[in-house]
Amino acid sequence: MAKYVVKRVLLAILTIFIVSAITFFSMYAIPGGPFSSEKALSPAVMAALEARYGLDQPVPVQYVNYMSRLLFQADFGVSLKTGRDVFETITTGMQVSAKLGLSAAAVAVAFGLVLGSVAALNRGKFIDRIVVFFTTLATSAPSFVLATLLLLVFSIQLGWVPVWSATEQNYVLPVISLCMYPMAYITRLTKTSMLDALNQDYIRTARAKGVASYKVIFKHALRNALIPVVTYVGPMVAFIITGSMVVESIFSTGGLGSYFVSSITNRDYTLIMGVTIFLAILMVTANLITDIVYKLIDPRITFD
Amino acid sequence: MNKPLKKHLLSSQIDLAKFSPASEEEKSQQEVMSESTTFFKDGMKKLMRNPLAVGAIIVLVLLIITIIVAPMVIPYGYDEILKVGGKRDKTAANLAPFTWSENELAYMEETGEQLFPHIFGTDKLCRDYFTRVIYGTRVSLSVGLFASILVMIIGVLYGAVAGYAGGKVDLVMMRICDIIYSLPDLLMVILLSVVLRETLGNAISGTVFAKLGTNMLSLFIVFGLLYWVGMARLVRGQILTIKENEYVLAARTIGTKPGRILRKHILPNCLSVIIISVALQVPSAIFTESYLSFLGLGVTQPMPSLGSLANEARGALQAYPFQLLFPALMICLIVLSLNLLGDGLRDAFDPKLRR
Repeated sequence: MAKYVVKRVLLAILTIFIVSAITFFSMYAIPGGPFSSEKALSPAVMAALEARYGLDQPVPVQYVNYMSRLLFQADFGVSLKTGRDVFETITTGMQVSAKLGLSAAAVAVAFGLVLGSVAALNRGKFIDRIVVFFTTLATSAPSFVLATLLLLVFSIQLGWVPVWSATEQNYVLPVISLCMYPMAYITRLTKTSMLDALNQDYIRTARAKGVASYKVIFKHALRNALIPVVTYVGPMVAFIITGSMVVESIFSTGGLGSYFVSSITNRDYTLIMGVTIFLAILMVTANLITDIVYKLIDPRITFD
Repeated sequence: MNKPLKKHLLSSQIDLAKFSPASEEEKSQQEVMSESTTFFKDGMKKLMRNPLAVGAIIVLVLLIITIIVAPMVIPYGYDEILKVGGKRDKTAANLAPFTWSENELAYMEETGEQLFPHIFGTDKLCRDYFTRVIYGTRVSLSVGLFASILVMIIGVLYGAVAGYAGGKVDLVMMRICDIIYSLPDLLMVILLSVVLRETLGNAISGTVFAKLGTNMLSLFIVFGLLYWVGMARLVRGQILTIKENEYVLAARTIGTKPGRILRKHILPNCLSVIIISVALQVPSAIFTESYLSFLGLGVTQPMPSLGSLANEARGALQAYPFQLLFPALMICLIVLSLNLLGDGLRDAFDPKLRR
């Protein structure tokens, strides 16, 4: 057990280093720099600016400098465009993104589990057909299509939900557009594994010895059906984060995802690095926890 | 013969006159064996019995015919600004479906010539929207298809070598897979597509690739770099179980070379898994492409893709919602039918699901 965890943690740390290196060296491969858009700059001012942020040094040296500042002083640096502290920018953006992402994940898991179990228990009946129909549709619509349509219908045409603004923040539509795909996926997953669990011998044994029906479903079937669902949580976090880039820009919520794309187009090196490393840590940690929890709750799996 | 033999009471001798030869029909009732069939035929038969999969195939075939035939029939180009009588038609912006602009109506009245209708209307730059959606579908479908084929080639080769070689080679190759697998893929896709788009331009100018456009090419490279891992793992897992089979052992004992064993015995046996996985990879590649195009990182203007069309339509969402609706519905239709086809293929060809 301990050996497995150590191995996985080391792999996670290695992954984050690789991500940071790929990002750092590839972003310097993009032509143009953070100051190149301001045309009025004279070469002398440009050189002074580059020297000020250490951009005049060779890229590998800059990488070592950046990483050592990050590791030993926990310093993400300041944004080259706005001059604001990168870590502060990330935490501000994260307040919106985390609320959005966590609510979407919670809705997806809750509804996915219920719908999946209901479909499995009523296999082949009308309600099952409805659930299958709904999940197939939901997995075929990209979140940006869903988000724009929801915005068009409910905010603009019907006016039921206010458009996002600094004072009025309505999370309903963004959460719906973010959670649809993971919810449909969890529903399918729960249905398959629930059907699988219901066919097991121990369920028949439990029924035969007269265990109450709800107990059979919740204690014996659902608990075992949960195992594959748990493994989806890691990828789901990744999906919601990346999906949120698009959804956030459609609803203009100003979350973390929208920074990522704009920082790349602005060549804002420190912000690109900060956001990438932050998101990479988030995803890798989610995957790591998922893997460890998966091995903990499924006794059939041995540690190698 | 005609006269029945005098029978002893306990004799087991039978009276032949009471029996008649069986007819062909009666004989056929005894046939327990079904017609001999191959794995492929059997799978196709199962697939054709699945109404959803058949519906998906019909929709896809119709779509493919449309995107091949429509550009030949329609007199408008995807980046062509509409002209009436040789002059630029400024009244043709943002037309509703099946309408003509003022200039076009006047022209038709004057000359009596019937102009081709704008089936989906026009966009804000006076271009025929139906043609743009058709070309966008072409781009999205081909990106999905070629990216998946690329992923398949790399993944199968890598997985086959790792699985068959085993031991230390396998260990090292799979560690590399683990690391690539745990990279945050969409972040890397976005970053790499920007980098490649900006840097590839000079490297490929003048070659065949230049026609494809740097964005399209960088999409393929990014897919090739990041998404082969899933396929490689799948193939390796299959090969690990298949190579333990007796027929592989038999082939090895008679001195067959590893390459031939891989080609003749092992790969054909994982074919079904590979096909299913490719079929399900196509819609996910189309999804990713449309995401990138939606973020403005996909194909280069004026070439449309379904994602970039949806993105452009966002600006005039309130006034001209149909401009969003058409590409959005097209994406949903393509992904839906490909998903249904993939599910159908899995049900038909995956031996593990056989009952």
